[in-house]
Amino acid sequence: MSEKSSNKGLIGWIDARFPLTKMWEEHLSKYYAPKNFNFWYFFGSLALLILVIQIVTGIFLTMHYKPDGEMAFTSVEYIMRDVDWGWLIRYLHSTGSSAFFIVVYLHMLRGVMYGSYQKPRELIWLFGMFIYLALMAEAFMGYLLPWGQMSYWGAQVIISLFGAIPVIGDDLTLWIRGDFVISDATLNRFFALHVVAVPLVLIMLVVMHILALHEVGSNNPEGIEIKNHKDENGNPLDGIPFHPYYSVKDIVGVVVFLILFSIVVFFMPEMGGYFLEHANFVPANQYQTPDHIAPVWYFTPYYAILRAVPDKLIGVILMFAAIFVLFILPWIDRGTVHSIRYRSSAYKWLLAMFVISFIGLGYLGALPLSDFRTFFARVYSIGYFGFFLGLWWISKNEKTKPVPERIQ
Amino acid sequence: MSPDGTDNNRRRFLTAATVVVGAIGTVAAAIPFAKSWNPSARARSAGAPVEADISKIEPGGIITIKWRGKPVWVVRRDDKALSTLSEVADNLRDPESEDSIQPEYALGETRSIKPEYFIVVGICTHLGCSPGYRPNMITADFQGGFFCPCHGSKFDFSGRVYKGVPAPTNLTVPPHYYINDGLVLIGEDGVA
Amino acid sequence: MKKVFIIVVGLLMPVLSWGVESTTYPNDKIEIDWDDKASMQRGARTFVNYCMSCHSAKYSRYNRVGQDLEISDSLLLDNLIFTTDKKGDKTKVGELMTITMTPDYAERAFGVVPPDLSLIARSRGVNWLYNYLRGFYVDETRPLGMNNGVFDKVAMPHVLVDLQGYQEVKTIMQPDGQGGEHEVIVGFELVKPGSQSKSEYDQTVHDLVAFLDYLAEPYKQTRQKVGTGVIIFLFILLILTYFLKKEYWKDIH
Repeated sequence: MSEKSSNKGLIGWIDARFPLTKMWEEHLSKYYAPKNFNFWYFFGSLALLILVIQIVTGIFLTMHYKPDGEMAFTSVEYIMRDVDWGWLIRYLHSTGSSAFFIVVYLHMLRGVMYGSYQKPRELIWLFGMFIYLALMAEAFMGYLLPWGQMSYWGAQVIISLFGAIPVIGDDLTLWIRGDFVISDATLNRFFALHVVAVPLVLIMLVVMHILALHEVGSNNPEGIEIKNHKDENGNPLDGIPFHPYYSVKDIVGVVVFLILFSIVVFFMPEMGGYFLEHANFVPANQYQTPDHIAPVWYFTPYYAILRAVPDKLIGVILMFAAIFVLFILPWIDRGTVHSIRYRSSAYKWLLAMFVISFIGLGYLGALPLSDFRTFFARVYSIGYFGFFLGLWWISKNEKTKPVPERIQ
Repeated sequence: MSPDGTDNNRRRFLTAATVVVGAIGTVAAAIPFAKSWNPSARARSAGAPVEADISKIEPGGIITIKWRGKPVWVVRRDDKALSTLSEVADNLRDPESEDSIQPEYALGETRSIKPEYFIVVGICTHLGCSPGYRPNMITADFQGGFFCPCHGSKFDFSGRVYKGVPAPTNLTVPPHYYINDGLVLIGEDGVA
Repeated sequence: MKKVFIIVVGLLMPVLSWGVESTTYPNDKIEIDWDDKASMQRGARTFVNYCMSCHSAKYSRYNRVGQDLEISDSLLLDNLIFTTDKKGDKTKVGELMTITMTPDYAERAFGVVPPDLSLIARSRGVNWLYNYLRGFYVDETRPLGMNNGVFDKVAMPHVLVDLQGYQEVKTIMQPDGQGGEHEVIVGFELVKPGSQSKSEYDQTVHDLVAFLDYLAEPYKQTRQKVGTGVIIFLFILLILTYFLKKEYWKDIH
């Protein structure tokens, strides 16, 4: 039997049976993170916070919600009006879902900007991409649950996309729906997946994401490997223990986030119809489509790409390609310089083009079609994919600046 | 200040202050979630007081009112029934209703506002079956009242439990008041 | 600097597709004062007397309305509750605001089920409702003799016509942006007055819409009050955590 720690008392008793102190040291008090984390490094811990918020509020919503086509919409209004503080739990959950995507998109942008996906962190990036996929599935299925007009018709449109797949398309959509149209069968299975299955998958992926990160160590805005220069104790010279320095700093980030979050929850939970869509205050009617169906704002970039293509199947393929291409980013980027700070101006232009295209696509995806908008959706789609093509091209022999050895 | 310049007192103070304020915030945040378990407006509405029309009960008769999902009996006790109340006192476990649940205006022998009308929740205090009304069941040790078929518990005409039966306490009397002579509201105390 | 300018302009290009002309009439905007309980009380009375024959408010409870709008239980029972339960007893104040007309009957009578109005202010918005209720005009081509400038060919009759009176529509022809022309409403003319003047009727509709706004989110004022407290608390916590962070980070140069 190994004596892990010399801690006496309760902690010592636990340590002899469970790696409590070991985990505390390995992941917090002796996990050395670069000392130059900036604003962009808040979003990982915020994403974890939002995951907890969603799970807790989600559990409490499940205590009152009824996943039945006849009762779902009513049960949501029951929560809003008859359950004490039900309106707060519901607004926290609906706002949290949008907040999750804002935080995750900024978190991903940080990864792109600072080359956090490059060797040896490709697996962290891949786990992150799977988290993103799971998050989109979770949000999509969660949105069906209120059983409003937008819930119903949004799901109808997205599931029918699978019908575009040749040969198996129609059988596949029938199998997913469990019925010939979106119905109670679909609602019930989406409920089970949304409440149990996908959260379990998400939690598992987040654990793996963090373990992979801690195995290699965090990147930083300079893109320097801090493990290249260690002191006599084996700790990186440019590193500081996560606890107490980043625990105390992340708490400030959490409080700032909670202030912004509370402003939305308590003063503008609908966010002009973007967080809670107006059409969703009407119960689902399978015989009447709303004038304008749009997915929730965080899906609109991909929706814009889909609509920009005149062919249904190719549109679906390109839409999925837009997500798939993010998976293989570590291999598209053939460069070795991590951070934008030391990359070529060509790279900076490419990234700017990517960000503008993504935002532009998102904006257009929320609006009804017109010739003018379709033209720009195509321009932005080219800008989106162009980033990856351009990056592959320039990264082979990129004109980078010399990267310092130490963090100043 | 310690030799290396860190002000440990300031750190301790700030940490303590932050932990305390943070804990207050956490508790405050937990309260709405705990309160969401309270009976909702729908449950409170279904649990609202009910009116009972007692004007047509014959002497010795009984009606059953539904209140909060439970049966509530209104029994119009005749003189014979009322006279048994003092006679059986020695056979009762709790003749003064010290351990049972009833409003303060429903104590004494009659456990009611008006002696003639007895209002009681028809659920046995043993394990929850609904006893039967047995005004004419007279035996050596029972003068009539309520008899629970599940495990044989016996209660007198004021719902007071006999000795030697499994039920531990007298039947529960709900809050109630008379709107007028023929109408009683079950579920609420009257205004004094 | 020029590069930044190009980028910003590029970003703003799709915004040029904004600004579609509205072709509905009227087109006014209103402000609801949530502290004006008297206005909402009048609106509740109008709602129950004119709307609730066909439209339920089935997510709302009478006693909640009474509590929030400062209407006592007895006033509720006398003035706002006109239904009974299956036994024939008057609907209790804790009950939901349902109606006796079944959806089947409604569909047979009107061709479409009159929607529940509990959330109409959140799906349509208060401006739409205010304009819709003042937008009915005489139209012989419609089955009920009336059409609506906001909701063309609506199946709903002009329930408030006794109050507003009958108005006729004034139209002009305008280019429709696709090479042709279409008829656009530019005004109304009262041809047979109702029991209320125009400003009285506007006030009645304003009160009704105020009540519908309340009905859609009765806990709105609570939400804002709690929010103020939460954000003040968080700012206090922010000050503490900020100084705590600065204190520890003195260690790092």
